[in-house]
Amino acid sequence: MKLPIYLDYASTTPVDPRVLEVMKDHLSLEGNFGNPASRSHSFGWKAEEAVEDARSKVANLVNCDTREIIWTSGATEADNLAIKGVARFYKSKGNHIITSKVEHKAVLDSCRQLEREGFEVTYLDPDKNGLISSDLVENSITDKTILVSLMHINNEIGVINDIKSIGELTRERGIIFHVDAAQSTGKVKIDLKDIKVDLMSFSAHKTYGPKGIGALYVSRKPRVRLEAQIHGGGHERGMRSGTLPTHQIVGMGEAFYIADQEMELEVERIRNLRDKFWDGLKDMEEIYLNGDFEKRAAGFLNVSFNYVEGESLIMALKDIAVSSGSACTSASLEPSYVLRALGLKDELAHSSIRFAVGRFTTEEDINYTVDIVKDSVEKLREISPLWDMYKDGVDMDSIEWAAN
Amino acid sequence: MAYSKKVIDKFENTLNEPHKNSVGRWDPKEEDIGTGMVGAPACGDVMRLQIKCKEKGNSHVIQDVKFKTYGCGSAIASSSELVDMLKGKTLEEAKVIKNSEIADALDLPPIKIHCSVLAEDSIKQAIEDYESKI
Repeated sequence: MKLPIYLDYASTTPVDPRVLEVMKDHLSLEGNFGNPASRSHSFGWKAEEAVEDARSKVANLVNCDTREIIWTSGATEADNLAIKGVARFYKSKGNHIITSKVEHKAVLDSCRQLEREGFEVTYLDPDKNGLISSDLVENSITDKTILVSLMHINNEIGVINDIKSIGELTRERGIIFHVDAAQSTGKVKIDLKDIKVDLMSFSAHKTYGPKGIGALYVSRKPRVRLEAQIHGGGHERGMRSGTLPTHQIVGMGEAFYIADQEMELEVERIRNLRDKFWDGLKDMEEIYLNGDFEKRAAGFLNVSFNYVEGESLIMALKDIAVSSGSACTSASLEPSYVLRALGLKDELAHSSIRFAVGRFTTEEDINYTVDIVKDSVEKLREISPLWDMYKDGVDMDSIEWAAN
Repeated sequence: MAYSKKVIDKFENTLNEPHKNSVGRWDPKEEDIGTGMVGAPACGDVMRLQIKCKEKGNSHVIQDVKFKTYGCGSAIASSSELVDMLKGKTLEEAKVIKNSEIADALDLPPIKIHCSVLAEDSIKQAIEDYESKI
């Protein structure tokens, strides 16, 4: 076993060695370094061929047409392009957008920007398990609604929204449906011929590809129009200008090809590890699993360890790489807005840790982590005045705390 | 966030040898004990600091200290650092301890200064509590 142990696969993943090999062939003089937009020589043609091959691999994983895939710098740019691009193009049709409080900041901040431009945005509250139901969406639709933007898998708790049924009702009403699927590829099956989604954002680096590359699926039937957000040479059919980074694109293509080939086995392996992990922890006193357990992507465990502050637990788990919803790990000193939207008390949000299991996690890693988490939580509770109070039977909600 | 080595050392020592590092509690009703509890669970940190004092001449001296802290690593280290500063001090000396002394001793980054402020508040409150008993 190698320390430190990486259990933050929802944040980013290492590039798969097979992906790295392909990327290396597309950079130097000896390799395929040409500009895919160069039409006048074989260097450009070869690079274009590699880019198109990668595009078809991405399209294959999600079952769409290759012409529906637009390269971007990542899921953040894809979200920006989808939301701002649709809103600005269709603004004569309406000015209302529906999204949720648990979206990634790329979606929330794009919506905030549109609010400044005069759009109205409804931010839906998820249920206590973190899910957005189609009923909730339906009840918020007005005759001014032009766009619904919701995530497929939540990046903090891993719950999976029912985008199929939401897509049915948006399509019926002619409302454009954007889905942020940055966390989904390689974790759950996506079939864009089956679900009625108009726009979908993808990221390479959450699926063992490189950082700095992503894609936006833009439906052709029905045809969705976008206002470009980056202007230049008219690449990507005018939707996203900028020289295509061949090495990153082939990296994303290879990563998505591997995901397509291996997903079934990998998901089962990861789910077994995750379940073993939770089995090891679940009998601890005063711990809470955040988010729906059943409708959840395989690798995710988001756990609150009551009366222990998350950042101190991360510090005690010094050989384990995880992340926390604790305020102290963010620049804003606010605890996770996602966990708070679930209705969690602030103290439970402060006490949360996200464990995300991935491709290179071993059973030994899990066993080691279970032991050290239990030991660290016990030690931190030993020095926690709140644990004393809990053990003494003090009702902490009845205390008037002096806010600092 | 990268922590200073001093914060990490203080935090780890406290965690691994709590009793050697003054982790614990006394009955707050005891005559010679002053208790201060500051912070709030919703804000992510709560410190409970207790001082055991004895009259010596015309002042009172802190003979021993116990604490427990719920909070980030810097909050725990700040409490522990404060405890080291308090032992053997008179109440007058303890009253003038400033949060900046704790922050400097631990090389706290600006975003963690509030941890040292909380520590200063905890000793002020503990002294107040003790003085209300004498």
